[in-house]
Order: sequence, then C-alpha cells, then structure tokens
Amino acid sequence: MIYRETGQFKANYQDDQALFPIAQDRYVIFGILIVTFAVVPAMLNEYWLNAILLPFLIYSLAALGLNILTGYCGQLSLGTGAFMAVGAFSVYKMMVAIPELGFIPLVLLSGLVTAAVGTLFGLPSLRIKGFYLAVATLAAQFFLIWMFNKVGWFFNYSASGMINAPPMTIFGVIVTGPHANPIAKYYLVAAIVAVFALAAKNIARGRIGRNWMAIRDMDIAAELIGVRPLIAKLSAFAVSSFYVGMAGALYFAVWLGSAEPTEAFDINQSFLVLFMIIIGGLGSVLGSFLGAAFLVIMPILLKNIMVDGLGTDTSLAKHFEFIIVGVMIIGFLIVEPHGLARLWRIAKEKLRLWPFPY
Amino acid sequence: MKKLTRTMVAALLAVPLMPGIASAYELVMPTLDYRTGPYAPNGIPFANGYGDYLSMLNERDGGIKGARISLVPCETGYNTKLGVECYENTKNEGQSGALVYQPLSTGITYQLIPKASVDEIPIFSMGYGRTSAANGKIFPWVFNFPATYWSQATVFVQYIGEREGGMANLKGKKIALVYHNSAYGKEPIRTLEKAAEKYGFEFLQLPVDHPGQEQKSTWLQIRQNKPDWVLMWGWGVMNQVAIKEAASIRFPMDHFIGVWWSGSENDVLPAGAAADGYLSGAFHQPGGNFPVHDDIRKHVYDKGMGLGDRDRIGEVLYNRGLVAAMWASEAIRKAMEIHGTNEVRGKHVRDGFEALEVDESRLKELGLANFTIPVKITCENHEGPGQVALQQWDAKAKQWKLVTGFYEPLREITGPLIAEDSAQYAAENNVSERSCN
Repeated sequence: MIYRETGQFKANYQDDQALFPIAQDRYVIFGILIVTFAVVPAMLNEYWLNAILLPFLIYSLAALGLNILTGYCGQLSLGTGAFMAVGAFSVYKMMVAIPELGFIPLVLLSGLVTAAVGTLFGLPSLRIKGFYLAVATLAAQFFLIWMFNKVGWFFNYSASGMINAPPMTIFGVIVTGPHANPIAKYYLVAAIVAVFALAAKNIARGRIGRNWMAIRDMDIAAELIGVRPLIAKLSAFAVSSFYVGMAGALYFAVWLGSAEPTEAFDINQSFLVLFMIIIGGLGSVLGSFLGAAFLVIMPILLKNIMVDGLGTDTSLAKHFEFIIVGVMIIGFLIVEPHGLARLWRIAKEKLRLWPFPY
Repeated sequence: MKKLTRTMVAALLAVPLMPGIASAYELVMPTLDYRTGPYAPNGIPFANGYGDYLSMLNERDGGIKGARISLVPCETGYNTKLGVECYENTKNEGQSGALVYQPLSTGITYQLIPKASVDEIPIFSMGYGRTSAANGKIFPWVFNFPATYWSQATVFVQYIGEREGGMANLKGKKIALVYHNSAYGKEPIRTLEKAAEKYGFEFLQLPVDHPGQEQKSTWLQIRQNKPDWVLMWGWGVMNQVAIKEAASIRFPMDHFIGVWWSGSENDVLPAGAAADGYLSGAFHQPGGNFPVHDDIRKHVYDKGMGLGDRDRIGEVLYNRGLVAAMWASEAIRKAMEIHGTNEVRGKHVRDGFEALEVDESRLKELGLANFTIPVKITCENHEGPGQVALQQWDAKAKQWKLVTGFYEPLREITGPLIAEDSAQYAAENNVSERSCN
C-alpha cells in the first residue's frame, strides 16, 4: 500500500539505474534532507546540536568508512581509531601551517593523507585474511597512536602532547575553535556527511562496489572472473580510510576542539565504530547511520531520562546504562543478526506487498 | 498490567515536562564527577568532599549570603567526550547558569579552557590541568591555584636535593618519572628536563598506559636502571598498582614520591605494611578533626544527606574536594561583594576568583585553621602561592602526615616555561594578551 510501485514505469535506462528507483524512497530521502537542513537547526538548541547531533553525524561518517572496508569488501579492520587520528593530526598540522587554503579543502586533504596511510597498512591484506588481517590492522592502531604520542613534530612540541584546533572560517563564519557557531558547525558536518553518504551509495552499486562485494563473497571466484584483488582491496582501503580520515578531522577540529592521541583515538574508538556497523548492518549505508545513532544517541538519552527525568543517582544511572545498552545489543543481535538495516529492509519488503502478502 | 504500563509511560513522559517549582535565585554549581570506571577510587572521595561542603553551607548558613547552592552532578567516567557532553548539558542549568567548573581531569580541562572563556564561565582546575594557565593575561577564565604541576616538580627536586645533602649532590644522581601516558602525566616532563640540565641529574621517563593496571615492565626497568629516586604522576588504579609493584621489587618507599593525586588512602592501603614511608605532594592537611568536619557531620550526615560514608570523612581526597569547594564558594562570596548582588553569573564569579584572598584569619573563621596555605590571586597570577609540602604514609597508624613545611617553587625554571607555553597557545589560537592594570 504505502510502498506500492504500481504505475511507476521505467521508460528508459536512466530511470532503471537511478540511485533510488522507487519513488517513495526518493520522497523519504528528500524529506530527510529537508528535515536535516531546514527543520533541525531551527528547532534544536545548542546542547542538541553540539553534544548529540555533531558526534552522531561524525561517527556516522566514520562508520560509513569502515562499512566500505568491512561491510562491502569484507576486510576486517581494527585500526579505525588510528586512521581517525591520522585525519585529525594531518588536519591540525595543515590548519597551523597552511590555513589560507580554507577549512573544507583541508578536511579533504586530510582524508587523502589518511587514504595514503590506509593503503599502506592495507598491503598485508593481499596476503592475509580474516582474523589475521584484524591483527595486522591492530598493529596499525598501536603503532600510529604510539607515533603521534611520541614524535613531537605532530603536536608542535606542546608540553602535554595535546593538539588544539585554531579558529577557521568558511565564507566568514567561524566553524572551528571555541567561537564557532553551533548551527554553522552542524551545517558543515551535515553537508559533508550528506554528500559523502550519497557518494558511498553510488560507489557501492557501481563497478568498484561490485568488485568489492565479489571479493567479499569469495575472493578466489572473484579473481577467476577477472576482478583484480590488488586493485579491489587497496581501493577499498583507500576509500574507507578517506572517509575515516575526514571523520577524524571533523571529530577533532569541529566537535572536540582539542585532543590527545591516547585517549581520543584509542582502541576503544576502533571497537566502537566496528560495533556500530555490526549493529547497524554490514554492507549498508543506512546501517552506518542506524548503528551510530544506536551507540551515540541512545546512551545519552538513557542518561538524560534516568538522571533528569527519574532523578536517579548519577553513578547508578551510569551502571544501568551499561546494563541496558549491553542487553539491547545482545537482544538485537539475537533477533536480527544482520543488523538494524536488515530490519528496515524486511519492513520495506512487507510494506511493498501489503495488504496482499501472497 | 496494561493499566500499570500506561501509568508508567505517562509518568515517564510527564516528569521532564513538569515545570520546576518557582523559587529563589539558586547558585548552580555543576560537578563533573566520576564514580564509575578505573578512576572511581579517587573520583568518589573528591566528589563527596566537594558536595558535602556545599550541602553543609546550605544547611548551616542557608547557602552563600542567603542564596542556596544547587549542586548538579554529572558522571564523566574520566572520559573526555562524556565530560564535554556534561559541560554542554549543565552550562545553562537554572537561572544563574553554571557558575564554576571543576573538571578534575586534565583532559577535560584542556577541552573546556577554550569553550568556557566563550561561555563566560570560570574554570577552577585546582592544582591540575594546563600549567601555563597560571598566566592570567592569556587565560583570564582559568584558575589553577594553589600550585601547578611544574611548581610541584621543582619542589620535589628541592626536597631530593635536601635529602641528598645539598643541591650540588644531585649531580650524577638518577631520577625516574613513572607517569600516566596522557596530557596529565606528561605535564611535569619539560620542567624536570630543565631541572636535570641545571642540576646535572639523569632523568628517566617511564610512561604507563591507561588505565595502568599492567606495570610489570615499567618496574622491571626500574630494577635494571636502579634510579636513586622515583617520582610518580599517576591517577586511579595506576597508583595502587605502582606502589604494590615498588614494594615487590623492594624499592625504598621513602625514595618514592607521588604527585598530590597519587597520595591518598586508597592508593597505599592495598600494599599494606610495605607502603610505609611512601611520600607524596600535598597542599592541605589530612584528617577529619577540623571544626569544618564537625559541622559537616552535624549538619549533613546527621540529617542523612551525606554523599559518602561517615567514617571516610577526612581522607586525603575528601579533604581535597572540600578545599576545592571552599575556595569556589569563597570566590562566589567575593563576587557577590564586588558586584553588590546575590544574583551572580559566571562572569561575576570570575571577578571573584581574580580578587580572591583567603588568608589565615579567614581560614580560621571557616573552621579550617592551619588546614592549607593562604591564597591570594591577582590578574596576572592565577597560580597563587605555588607552594607545596610533602606528606608521608604511616602504615601502622594508617595515617598520612605532613612531614615538611611548604617549599617555594623554583620560579626561575617554571617562569620562562609558563611564558613560553602560554605564548604558544596565544599564537595558535589568535588570543591577545590582556593588560592587567
């Protein structure tokens, strides 16, 4: 009924190959974009924008990046935290050295730097697979964080090893540093995430994405039908690291404002993003967003309901939060091992047939 | 059952919507505490001391000059990201907005320094956080009295010199620093490097990664390198582990000095009798026998409003939280005097901090005679006196005791470093120096 496609004819190849072939999907996407850019900034206060939506969007971008590598190409990575750190430190160095380039180009450049580093650490994937690859990327995590902590050049020899984001503007509006306008920050991050989410959806259904999925589903078979593993795997590492690097740059420069490598980008960060894509759904753009929402927004909401709403003691609320989030993760994984995105896909299938399921 | 569920849902929805009962002007003081995670053993007593002192003011005096204090706790777990969330959540709380922040974490302090100056809320990072914030010309919104890590490091060097029979005898000695591998632990390194240059001792750096439960290799290195003295910048569970490891390699405890965050009952008790003689920095007395403690027992604990256990009143970190609350509330009182109103905001409280003067006679009035050093803050100097004493653990009596007087820091070492670091911050963040006349 709601999703009935009757009457939607595809009269040419373009229609058939559209990003969202079903009209209802297009309306929903347009609706979401309108809400994101027109309604949300007008409705919500600084706390919501700064403390809830910014981290949600930035983690969505990171999850999207990891999903390209793990979900689409099947290469397990535990180095997300380190690659975010590469993005953060490269954007920091460039913000101090060449601020005249402008903030958005610097974010893209830091993504490219991370892509190069990611490709380098992706090289072992040509020889090793599965859990062994996870261990190799774990080495990246420890090595890179150690390096950022040890080599003074990366943090401009500051006494504590912390990096601080200097203020930068886009079209005269401050977007980094303490004076940044929360609405401007939100627009910046939302725009970057929207553009690159659409790009990811496009890449994933094109030739490159299909190569990745072929490698993921069975690499020997993929090789036999003419997919070159070297190109496919390394491009997955590069594109994934590009996304993760941009997420790291925004995470440091726009959201936190200052960071130290050992705490902001530690191994827990890698696990957090990995859990996001597992819970959200491997190999799904929507899943990256759902997973980020589940692990970023829900704990904060739970805390606010318990502490501000029910007046629970703060430490008790924190312990409850651990329990509830843990139980929900287990529950979701039992009910739907393919993640939240799969739940949506099932619902969509049902809605397309409803009210005549057979 | 259904009805019950419905009532519960209704109640859940209604609670956040209920308007606060209109009341008199309240002074909102958020506390970013951590009662969970690997740093909880240290976070809990501090938060209890801070909260109990403020409740005592409410119960005994009806707040500060008649304006009641509203304590707003927020759990950070010592995690920087949660700290930022807590800050955003609490900064506009109530009519007054947050009046002062006590992050109790160097990482969170670094996050909040730029934010708070824009939101016009002072940060009182008491003896922690960014050392160069002592330069009030660059950091008008941050106060880190009564002393910084750098001052403390130079005091330890002086103490070691004294024990070795003169600063000249430091030459050729070996001093190791066991530190939490984070912004916090790295703070004293530069100072100690400068001191090592000046006095000719060898300086050994031994980082311990978060959370610090595993230190076997660190102490193996100490066994191999045989330093004459070990300094420690630790926090949370790292402290207990280090002291136990030191005991297990039989390192002489009276040659092992912790920063003032590594010297509480929780840190030494697990090592038992072996911890006897362990030293740490201090800027206030331990013990629960000051008149102020009696007031807390009478006005807070007897009414069942205490945050912790009654018999843990007077522990080192409890007193640390208490003294933090005392200085913060004195700054608010000062702000009320300067601006002639009880309805102060964050920016007024900053003025109160900048004009703060708590001398010995005021301490006596507060029931804290000889409890800590007198403090006088000026526009340029946000570090205040910078003096540090040392305390020692007596394992038999299970008591900390101050064993030295208060040392002056070596300002010829810390002064240029503070100027250099604050100038770097100013250059990177386009902050211009304000004038202090």
